[in-house]
Amino acid sequence: MKLTSLTLAASLIGSAALASDVAPKDVMFNEDGGVDASLTGMAGDAANGAIIAGTKSKGNCVACHAISALADVPFHGEVGPTLDGAGDRWDTAEMRGLLADAKMTFDGTVMPAFYKVDGFTRPGDAYTGKAAEGPLTPILTAQEIEDVIAFLATLKE
Amino acid sequence: MADESADLVVNGDLKMVIRAPAPAHLDGAVDEVTSGWIYRSDETQELQMDDFDNPGMIFVDQALEQWDAVDGTEGKACASCHEDVESSMTGVRAVYPKWNEAAGEVRTLAHQINDCRENQMGAEKWKYTGGKMTAMEALISVQSRGMPVNVAIDGPAQATWEKGKDMYYTRTGQLDLSCANCHEENYGNMIRADHLSQGQINGFPVYRLKNTKLNNAHARFKGCVRDTRAETYKPGSSDFVALELYVASRGNGLSVEAPSVRN
Ligand code: HEC
Ligand code: HEC
Ligand code: HEC
Repeated sequence: MKLTSLTLAASLIGSAALASDVAPKDVMFNEDGGVDASLTGMAGDAANGAIIAGTKSKGNCVACHAISALADVPFHGEVGPTLDGAGDRWDTAEMRGLLADAKMTFDGTVMPAFYKVDGFTRPGDAYTGKAAEGPLTPILTAQEIEDVIAFLATLKE
Repeated sequence: MADESADLVVNGDLKMVIRAPAPAHLDGAVDEVTSGWIYRSDETQELQMDDFDNPGMIFVDQALEQWDAVDGTEGKACASCHEDVESSMTGVRAVYPKWNEAAGEVRTLAHQINDCRENQMGAEKWKYTGGKMTAMEALISVQSRGMPVNVAIDGPAQATWEKGKDMYYTRTGQLDLSCANCHEENYGNMIRADHLSQGQINGFPVYRLKNTKLNNAHARFKGCVRDTRAETYKPGSSDFVALELYVASRGNGLSVEAPSVRN
């Protein structure tokens, strides 16, 4: 996967929350912890999802997961299982649930919820160490979640 | 990558206990407690094996001068009351944080140092995480190097210890992670470029190659809490004192290693 400056620019434009998005508090989980409905109604962009998964200030999935498709991104962690083959193991709804709030699938997991804005203890203002001012924004936007799902779907054994 | 089976011998003769059976109060959470030294790269490990290579020792020398320096309205130095640091401070670091009967509170070494400065010397308090403080902590800690950490958690210290234990297992911030999530469930694993240790504090204050100075435990706690996207506690606060007592107790049995070297 090549990270071009063109897709990076596209990702910055695409990162604003849209009124038509499903808000974090309105996400409907099914009984298995999946989320059936798209958060944006728009298809995800797998190339952009790859960038988000490998970027520290975004999904930073590689902090905990090894992903062979992102071999050009240095340092992959071992806290979670490798995501190679994730596209074979999970369907779209399951992946959306894992990303929005993985605790709905894996009780007590250390994997953070990427589309959640409440229920935290001592929430901070990003990584400043200061208290959050005003409502939290989710770590990833609705479209970024859909983009990462599209990327995960490409990870086949 | 670190050689996790290596042994730590300082200056060719001071053998450190860097693996010890877990203390009973950990209730089997881990079988063995291990020093953070084990998880560092060969190069970083080596820096701590000889005092001439250990960048933290420069600050110990500076604190030795400070020990004799008169300061404050009472015209006194540490040495005025405690004389020779080598004899008066042996074993002190190993039992801190410690209950202070007169004050009716658990005190860290840094708090005790500032108490002496303020109330015995009539001098200004040092900044809790500042250079003078971490250097003095290091000087005092060196007098206990190789001795087993042995903080008391019962009697009057118990309530503080319980509070620290609660904090250790409480998930904070938008990443919703506790100390235990990283340092109990995942030590030995890589988290991005970092090799997770048990987050022990037997090596503190620690010289970090990253910021080229000594760092005390509260400075490190602050960084770890911040990294969960949380509002941190203040260095020197009663919250961090409680957390320090608890984390120190998890390392009971490991050698006092300060000043240790980390990345
Ligand atoms: C702080 C660690 C951490 C981060 C960051 C993290 N995960 Fe996870 N993830 C885990 C752990 C641990 C599990 C295993 C579930 C469990 O048993 O707790 C997991 C499980 C998963 C699974 C299911 C595992 C499988 O069989 O394929 C997927 C998919 C997944 N994560 C995707 C992601 C994506 C995508 C991101 C980034 C947007 C991410 N994770 C970020 C820790 C993390
Ligand atoms: C005028 C006398 C005096 C001076 C000067 C003084 N101290 Fe103290 N120090 C004491 C006394 C008295 C105690 C016991 C306090 C107590 O137990 O409440 C003490 C206790 C301590 C302890 C705890 C020892 C233990 O076994 O728990 C440390 C550490 C310490 N001092 C460090 C220092 C340092 C560092 C300085 C200089 C910056 C200093 N002191 C200056 C009188 C002094
Ligand atoms: C998101 C993961 C994470 C969490 C949560 C976390 N830490 Fe850490 N901590 C690290 C990393 C990474 C390091 C650097 C590598 C190492 O020594 O483990 C570190 C280092 C430390 C060290 C230095 C150890 C040494 O030997 O130098 C201490 C002490 C520590 N952490 C304590 C804590 C405490 C107490 C908490 C909870 C308040 C905590 N950490 C929460 C990731 C974390």
